[in-house]
Amino acid sequence: MTSQLAERIGSAKAEGRAALMAYLPVGYPDVDASIAAMIAAVEGGADIVEIGVPYSDPGIDGPVIQQAVDVAVRAGVGMRDVLRAVEAVAAAGAAPVVMSYWNPIERYGVERFATDLAAAGGAGAITPDLIPEEAADWIAAAERADLDRVFLVAPSSTDARLRSTTAACRGFVYAASTMGVTGTRSTVSDAAATLVARTRAVAPDLAVCVGLGVSDGRQAAQVASFADGVIVGTAYVREMLEGRGAKGVRALSEDLAGGVRS
Amino acid sequence: MTTTSPPQPGELSLPARPGWPDETGHFGIFGGRFVPEALIAALDELTEAYEAMRVDPAFLAEFDRLQRDYTGRPSPITEVPKFAEHAGGARVLLKREDLNHTGSHKINNVLGQALLTERIGKTRVIAETGAGQHGVATATAAALMGLSCTVYMGEEDTRRQALNVARMRLLGAEVIPVTTGSRTLKDAINEAFRDWVTNVETTNYVFGTVAGPHPFPAMVRDFQRVIGDEARAQVLEREGRLPDAVLACVGGGSNAIGIFTAFVPDDGVRLIGLEAGGDGVDTGRHAATITGGSPGVLHGARSYLLQDDNGQTIESHSISAGLDYPGVGPEHSYLHDIGRAEYRAVTDAEAMEAFALLCRTEGIIPAIESAHALAGAMKLGQELGRDALLLVNLSGRGDKDVETASRWFGLGDREEVDPGPGLDEQQNPTEGAVSNDEAVAGQHAGETA
Repeated sequence: MTSQLAERIGSAKAEGRAALMAYLPVGYPDVDASIAAMIAAVEGGADIVEIGVPYSDPGIDGPVIQQAVDVAVRAGVGMRDVLRAVEAVAAAGAAPVVMSYWNPIERYGVERFATDLAAAGGAGAITPDLIPEEAADWIAAAERADLDRVFLVAPSSTDARLRSTTAACRGFVYAASTMGVTGTRSTVSDAAATLVARTRAVAPDLAVCVGLGVSDGRQAAQVASFADGVIVGTAYVREMLEGRGAKGVRALSEDLAGGVRS
Repeated sequence: MTTTSPPQPGELSLPARPGWPDETGHFGIFGGRFVPEALIAALDELTEAYEAMRVDPAFLAEFDRLQRDYTGRPSPITEVPKFAEHAGGARVLLKREDLNHTGSHKINNVLGQALLTERIGKTRVIAETGAGQHGVATATAAALMGLSCTVYMGEEDTRRQALNVARMRLLGAEVIPVTTGSRTLKDAINEAFRDWVTNVETTNYVFGTVAGPHPFPAMVRDFQRVIGDEARAQVLEREGRLPDAVLACVGGGSNAIGIFTAFVPDDGVRLIGLEAGGDGVDTGRHAATITGGSPGVLHGARSYLLQDDNGQTIESHSISAGLDYPGVGPEHSYLHDIGRAEYRAVTDAEAMEAFALLCRTEGIIPAIESAHALAGAMKLGQELGRDALLLVNLSGRGDKDVETASRWFGLGDREEVDPGPGLDEQQNPTEGAVSNDEAVAGQHAGETA
């Protein structure tokens, strides 16, 4: 029973830094190019890649991620492509974690998903619209396949919910730093540091990683000063949308990797 | 089956619920909460406030007063004998939710949720809308109670229902056309959720149907069940018996749950939901979620939905903007699975035939949504024959649909379609007119298939 994600975050910590996690959706602009971008993110310094499963109704994503994911949905990108990306990221030396709204996993089959993800070398999954209360099947399947499961906490979570949600997590807990959808913001909200402190207070042994809003090395450094990991999504996707491709992704990773080390 | 008792006249309480959902909002395997954690606190707050409010005499008195003095409740029952001649001679009673203020059943729910918004101290409401009826109702309640109001509406629907967009703006609401995805109701709901998660401190989401995460399916049902509570008592009083079947159209399903709930314990009463069959369920271009879909998770709850092998929501198709939704409320999925309600699909052409028929035979222009229930009654009446007593929820009026209907029947668009001896020949408003309508409807079905 080893958590790939906890291990990665732990070795970053041993180097005296936070871990860098890059989110990219599978299938934008196409499956191969998205996998090449994930590999470039790893080469630029990402420790963990969040491999996004395209979904038709991405309820907490802002316009940038929606735009990219919409292309992948229309192209019919599915779990088979996602698993190929998982294998490629693992081969590139980073920890692959799948980021998926719940319905694509439920449709694929929870047990089948866990089995196939483990076989592909995946660390586990982040499920942004699945709360632990609805996750009994997933937790059991992940347990059997020795996978991490990452749930979210938010500034509005009560202490009781911070306790129950972190207790259901393995690998790390995803602290959604602001109330809102994904997207870059010019400042990192104060709410993030407060949320991390409140989460640590109830779950001292679980890594806390912060997402929503980080877009450059300066902000990454700021978040790295109080969190175990920095999650960046929209800024990576923007590199792809604006046509800078793998090269842009690599450069962004380098900037962010510098940030988490400063 | 768990029983509910109809309300006694003047009794100030919401009647007892059926034995579902459970405390966490599950109707069997359906329902629940599939939302980002950031919304859980708001949903908990709403649940708690609602549970307190539904037994609070002051709230219930105010809710009653608004329903009576503002909405115009109770809505009447109208028997439609000339229409019924086309329903196998069965007797057809309409529950006239079209006569409510704002023109549909949507106001029932919105007044309850607007009072709740005041009670939890929020100053802004948001809503999604398809046909615009829920948006108009929400804008109306917001104007009445001094709340600021933003309505999300798919861009496609803002075109189909331009009249309602204008109505909402007149009432002081901001209408935001949604340009993502299929640009219809499903995408309007996504945008409303995004707004809510961002502005939850000041904003309450006034959800329009019995779908979404807990507590919406149960709460909206409680606010809509007045339809069936009234109708059950009205039918008993005038007929001395219960109807053989209760029919209602189902998009998200709030008017259907509203009229079904009181009858759920009456085992002899068939409950029939009419889904939008679009061009026909076998064409793939439809919105018949239970008839043609499978269980999954959409918009915060597990229920039947239209989805592909990858779990992506499939775009729905219906002439009726209010039924053009690829999901359905979880209680309908449950009633279907336990066999208490039946769900059938009605095509665009069948619905428009029933629409024209009610206009011509009874002088009532129904909403196209409600015309699906009328079409269901025509078919069921033919199955059951002369002695059958059918209760149909006429959930809305058709003013908003005049343009769509004109296009369908070729009125005012004579260069493209020759309507033949159509709707303006009123000399023989029964048989002759009906067969013309059927011819026109059939012609259009042929064109779109």
